[in-house]
Amino acid sequence: MAVRIIPEKCKGCQKCVKECPFGAISMQEKLAAVGPSCTNCGVCIDICPFGAIEKLDEGARGVDTTLYHDVWVFAEQRDGALMSVSVELLGEGKKLADEIGCKLCAILCGDGAEGLIGELFEYGADKVYYADAPELKSYNTDAYTKVIYQAIVKYKPEIVLLGATHIGRDLGPCLAVHCGTGLTADCTKLDIDPEDKKLMQTRPAFGGNLMATILCPNHRPQMSTVRPGVMEKPERVIGRTGERIDIAAAFKDGDIRIRVLEVIKGLTEQVSLTDAKVIVSGGAGLGGPEGFELIGRLADRLGGVVGASRATVDSGWIDHSHQVGQTGTTVKPQVYFACGISGAIQHLAGMQNSGYIVAINKNENAPIFEVADYGIVGDLYKVIPAILDVLG
Amino acid sequence: MKLIVCAKQVPDTNEVKIDPVKGTLIREGVPSILNPDDANALEEALALKGRYPGTTVSVISMGPPQANYMLRECLAMGADDAYLLSSRAFGGADTCATSTTIAAGIRKIGGYDIIFAGRQAIDGDTAQVGPQTAQRLGIPSVTYVRKIRQIKEKSVIVERQLEDGYEVIEINTPCLLTAVKELNDPRYMSIESIEDAYKKDIAVWGEGDVSLAPEDCGLKASPTQVFRSFTPPPKGKGEMLSGSVTEMAAALIARLNEKHAL
Repeated sequence: MAVRIIPEKCKGCQKCVKECPFGAISMQEKLAAVGPSCTNCGVCIDICPFGAIEKLDEGARGVDTTLYHDVWVFAEQRDGALMSVSVELLGEGKKLADEIGCKLCAILCGDGAEGLIGELFEYGADKVYYADAPELKSYNTDAYTKVIYQAIVKYKPEIVLLGATHIGRDLGPCLAVHCGTGLTADCTKLDIDPEDKKLMQTRPAFGGNLMATILCPNHRPQMSTVRPGVMEKPERVIGRTGERIDIAAAFKDGDIRIRVLEVIKGLTEQVSLTDAKVIVSGGAGLGGPEGFELIGRLADRLGGVVGASRATVDSGWIDHSHQVGQTGTTVKPQVYFACGISGAIQHLAGMQNSGYIVAINKNENAPIFEVADYGIVGDLYKVIPAILDVLG
Repeated sequence: MKLIVCAKQVPDTNEVKIDPVKGTLIREGVPSILNPDDANALEEALALKGRYPGTTVSVISMGPPQANYMLRECLAMGADDAYLLSSRAFGGADTCATSTTIAAGIRKIGGYDIIFAGRQAIDGDTAQVGPQTAQRLGIPSVTYVRKIRQIKEKSVIVERQLEDGYEVIEINTPCLLTAVKELNDPRYMSIESIEDAYKKDIAVWGEGDVSLAPEDCGLKASPTQVFRSFTPPPKGKGEMLSGSVTEMAAALIARLNEKHAL
């Protein structure tokens, strides 16, 4: 346990027992006691009125962190095109590299994907590490893990950032185990501690009910996956160049134990919630699957896409690919319309960074109005047609 | 076949509310449940057991002693046996340390063909422990599995969900697969099976039982540390529009146009 109750100071008030998000504190002989479900989140330290809880520094032994330099971004390509989250990470990685005073690098795997190297320079990479092999044409857990792990061992980056895509969230954990380091998933904010230059990784935890700032103090690289749509894309500087470093990609029998037989695209309607400028989302207030027809009309009129709350997806009204929120997609459109969505915390976690939030709901006490820039209390089946009329 | 399912008991984070005045979590009355993706993992193993005679399904979890209620639920759904990794030494584990412990437990069970896990747990949402456990066991893994197409003698063919479609992947066995909710609809417990579930013993293992030293577990083996936690700051309250429906609609579009948002 990294959190200790100081018995001389504890008054047995039970405030920490009630407030611990993980139910890890109980009363034993009139004093608080920390149990095994403690996650070291530190909530109790802040709320104890008597200063009776302290954090112990008993973290894992680490490595010589001074040997590690530079910020790396995993340049995720699919079908030879760079994923937009990788571009966003180059923008964020540049800020981090400037604060640390180091270089920004991209690591790219592919089969004849050299064409992307220039693009990575133009988006801010100082160096591009490139691995070329037929086995790397599209993502393969075993092949990508081996090649990138070897590059990390050889070049020792201090930070590695990956997009929290279905690929980044598969690759990141495998790399972290091989490197013997930590990985913080689905970060929404990254900062450099001005004093010791360590990476401060902030992410939603506990279903979006808590935010946690995570450190990886003694192990390297510090690794994060970052949700698409959260970071700003950098300006592309046409003609900017950098240093290309080719890295080895050789495989022997038994290295690759999985084979991608085929890739099937767009069986469900292609929804690009992360790139959308306008999202019109429907919730339980639609009353049934047919309500998405009206939602779709407004989205079409505004050149946007259709989003959905978890309740509608769980009810089978619309495909999961439309889901916005903690377990769906995190979005940051210019305008977000929440229609008949009450605003559960999981949903808010996925859309509250939108430029402008419009809430339409019958219930004037719905939590969605707490985050809305513009609120309309009313029946969405009357309000949306009126908006369509105004738009003409 | 011998199948192992990794399961976690989690607080039902959908039931958590924020105290609107204090801005803190209200945890009281939040039930503990079998993590939803893990229920899909278990269902898939049980479905295979139904199709392939002689197949056994073991469930393993790491958690506090009360996680045995969740394991009873897994037994009542049809699992053959259950194992709980529980010790004070496991406390404060991040995904790196958790996967070490789970892998050690699985090694002790041994002899598996396929390990199933949920894609992610709803209290942490990291999606890391599944693939990390596979790496520690030295076996291949596929995450986000939405369908099992075919079981072959030395491999399995599965569909892996992508953001805009899916991949068909053949993976050598033994292997680890993580389940998404599209994989299946988990079954309910039956009355008889609930009774049977309470007749079975759940093995409880500490670090020594799975050949780990205390410093290989929990916080001491966790590279990541929580620096601080806080409730997300609410965004400032915006403008409530008023008037007739037409007036409100017109005002809304005017405001958004003023801001060049549309």
